[in-house]
Amino acid sequence: MALAESEGPALAPAADSPPPIAPSIPAYLSRRPLLWLGLALLAVLFLSLFVGRYPAFGWLSPATLAQDDLARQLVLNLRLPRVLTACLLGMTLAACGSVLQMIFRNPLVEPGLLGVSQGAAFGAALSILYFGASVILIEGLATFFACLGLAASYFLARRVRYGGWILRLVLSGIAVSALFSSAVGVLKYLADPLTQLPDIVFWTLGGLWGVTWRDLLYLVLPVTVGLTIVYLMRWRLNLLSLDDDTSFSLGASPGRERTLLLGGAVTATAAVVSVAGVVGWIGLLIPHVARRLTGADARRAVPASLLLGGIFALLCDDLARTLLPGEIPLGILTSLFGALLFMAMMLTKNVRIRR
Amino acid sequence: MTDPSMQPADQPSQIKNDKCIVSLSGLSFRYNGSPQPVLHDLSLHFPAQAITAILGPNGSGKTTLLRLLLGVLHPQSGHILVANRPQYDYPRREISQLLGLVPQDEHIPFDFTVLEYVLLGRAPYLGPLAAPGEADIEIAQAALRKCGLQHLQDRPLPNLSGGERQLATVARALAQKPCILLLDEPTAHLDLGNKGRLLQIMRDLLAEGVTLILTTHDPNLASAVASRTVLMQQGQVLDSGPTRDMLTAEKLSATYGVPVQVVEMADRPIVLLL
Repeated sequence: MALAESEGPALAPAADSPPPIAPSIPAYLSRRPLLWLGLALLAVLFLSLFVGRYPAFGWLSPATLAQDDLARQLVLNLRLPRVLTACLLGMTLAACGSVLQMIFRNPLVEPGLLGVSQGAAFGAALSILYFGASVILIEGLATFFACLGLAASYFLARRVRYGGWILRLVLSGIAVSALFSSAVGVLKYLADPLTQLPDIVFWTLGGLWGVTWRDLLYLVLPVTVGLTIVYLMRWRLNLLSLDDDTSFSLGASPGRERTLLLGGAVTATAAVVSVAGVVGWIGLLIPHVARRLTGADARRAVPASLLLGGIFALLCDDLARTLLPGEIPLGILTSLFGALLFMAMMLTKNVRIRR
Repeated sequence: MTDPSMQPADQPSQIKNDKCIVSLSGLSFRYNGSPQPVLHDLSLHFPAQAITAILGPNGSGKTTLLRLLLGVLHPQSGHILVANRPQYDYPRREISQLLGLVPQDEHIPFDFTVLEYVLLGRAPYLGPLAAPGEADIEIAQAALRKCGLQHLQDRPLPNLSGGERQLATVARALAQKPCILLLDEPTAHLDLGNKGRLLQIMRDLLAEGVTLILTTHDPNLASAVASRTVLMQQGQVLDSGPTRDMLTAEKLSATYGVPVQVVEMADRPIVLLL
C-alpha cells in the first residue's frame, strides 16, 4: 500500500479514482468454496453408510443399526470400506485429471483419454489371465501398463506432424486407448468364461462390489503418496501449464517436475483402477467443475477437484448399489451423470461463483 | 569486435554492475537432425544497463539466440557467460533470478486471473512446494502498476485484449525482478498506444539498472529504444555497435536484401522502404 501512495500522485492526477488494489488479500485467498465442499464431502461420506438395500430398499435408520447385529456387521465390513474406497477413487481420478489437463495444457484430457485407464485395465486382465489374481500383481501390472499407455500417447502425439498440440494429444490418446481396449477384448475372448471372464468384464465396466478392508489397505499407500505429491506441488502445476520456455525461464525444470507429478498421479490412478476397474468421466468432468467454482489457480482448483471428485463418486456409487437388486456397474453411472453434467455445463457457460 | 569501452554516451559512468553482463563467444547451434546450423560462430557482448536490439529478418536466428541465452537450448560449441560465469554452471533457481523472458506469443490455456498469472513470476524465489505469500502479492501488484494493469488484476487473462495480455506477460517477467530481461519481438502485435506504453516500461527498467536484450525485425523499434544494435542475417552477426552507426541505408539494405532509405527525424534515424 505504501508503494501505491508514493507512486499515485506522481503517476497521474486522476489517481484519486478507485484505489489501485480493489479486493483485499484475504478475499483473494478466500477458502470458502473449499470449506463448503469439505463439509459436503463429510456429510455424503457419513450418510452413505446408511444408504443401501438392507434391511429394505433405501434408508437404514440408526435405531435399526443399534438393534440389528447383522446390520452393524454389514455397515462395518462392507459399506464402510466400500464408501471409503469410492471416496478415494473419486479423489484420485479427479486429481489425476487436473494434473493431466494442466501439464498437457489441454482442458480435454482425462486418464481415460490418454490410455491410462485402458492400459491399467489391460494390465489387470493380463494378470488375471496368466499370472493369477493376486492383488499386488494386478496392481503392479496395472500401474506398469497405465504408465506405458500414457507414455505411448505422449510420444505418439509428439511424432504427429500436423494439427495443434491439443488435437494431436487427443488423437493419439484415442488411438492408444483403442489399442488397449481391443487387447482387453482379445484377453476376454481367451478367458475362461466361468472363472476369469466375469473378473475381466468387471474391469471394463468398473465397479466397487466386493471391496473389502484388504483392498482398501492396498490402495491407501499409492493413493496417499500420489495425492500428497499432487497436493503439495499444486501451485507448481500452474507454472508447468505455461509454455516450456516460460516455465523454464521461471526456474522450473519442466521435464523433471512433470515426470514427478505425472508419476504420482498415474500411480494413484493405476492403484484405484486395479481395485475399481475403468471408471470414466470423473477425471474429465470434475476438474472443469472445480475450475468453474474456484478459478483456474491450481492452489484452489486442485483441492476443489479432490473434494468434488469424492462427492461425485460417492453419490454415483450409492446409486449403483441401491437402485437395483443387482449392482449397476459404477462406470456406467459415472458416464451417464458425467455426460449429462458436462452437457449442462457447456450450455451454461459463465457460471462463476468467484467472479 | 565489440568491446565494452565502446559504450554509448547515454551511460557515461563506468559499468556499475557487472552482474548483468552477458557475453558469448564462438557460439554455434543447429537443431537435431537439421544439417544447416541456425547460428554459426557468434561472438557478442551485451553491456550491462543498456538496451541492445538484435535486428534481423525473419528466420535469421534471433529467437534461437534468445533461447540459447536462456539455457533452454545448449550450443554445440562456444560459450555463454552471464555475469562472467558460464551459463550452464548456474543452478536453475539462481539463473532464473537473474534472467527473465518475455516470449513473443504466450499461449495460456486456462483462465488464470491477471494477478494469479503475474504471481507465477515469483517462482524463482519460492521452493518447490511453496506458494506465494503476501510479500509476493505486493511485488506482483507493483509490477502490474508499472505496466498500468492494476485495474485488471482480477480479470481472467483470456478476457484481456492482445496488447493487455502482452503487457501482463511483461508484468509477469517484472515480478521475477530479473537483472537481465530478454524480450522476443516485444511489440510485434501491439497497437500504437500499447507500443508506447511498452517503450516507456523498457526505458524505466533501463533507468532502474536492468539490462535489456530484445529481438526485433523492425529497425525503427531499435532506433526508438536501443542504444546498441546487433545486425543478424542467416545465423551470423553482420555488425554490431551503437544503434546510430548500425542504422545506415547501406548496412540495412545488406541485412534485409531490399533497398532502404534512412532519414533523421526527431533526433533519431528512421528507416523507410524505398
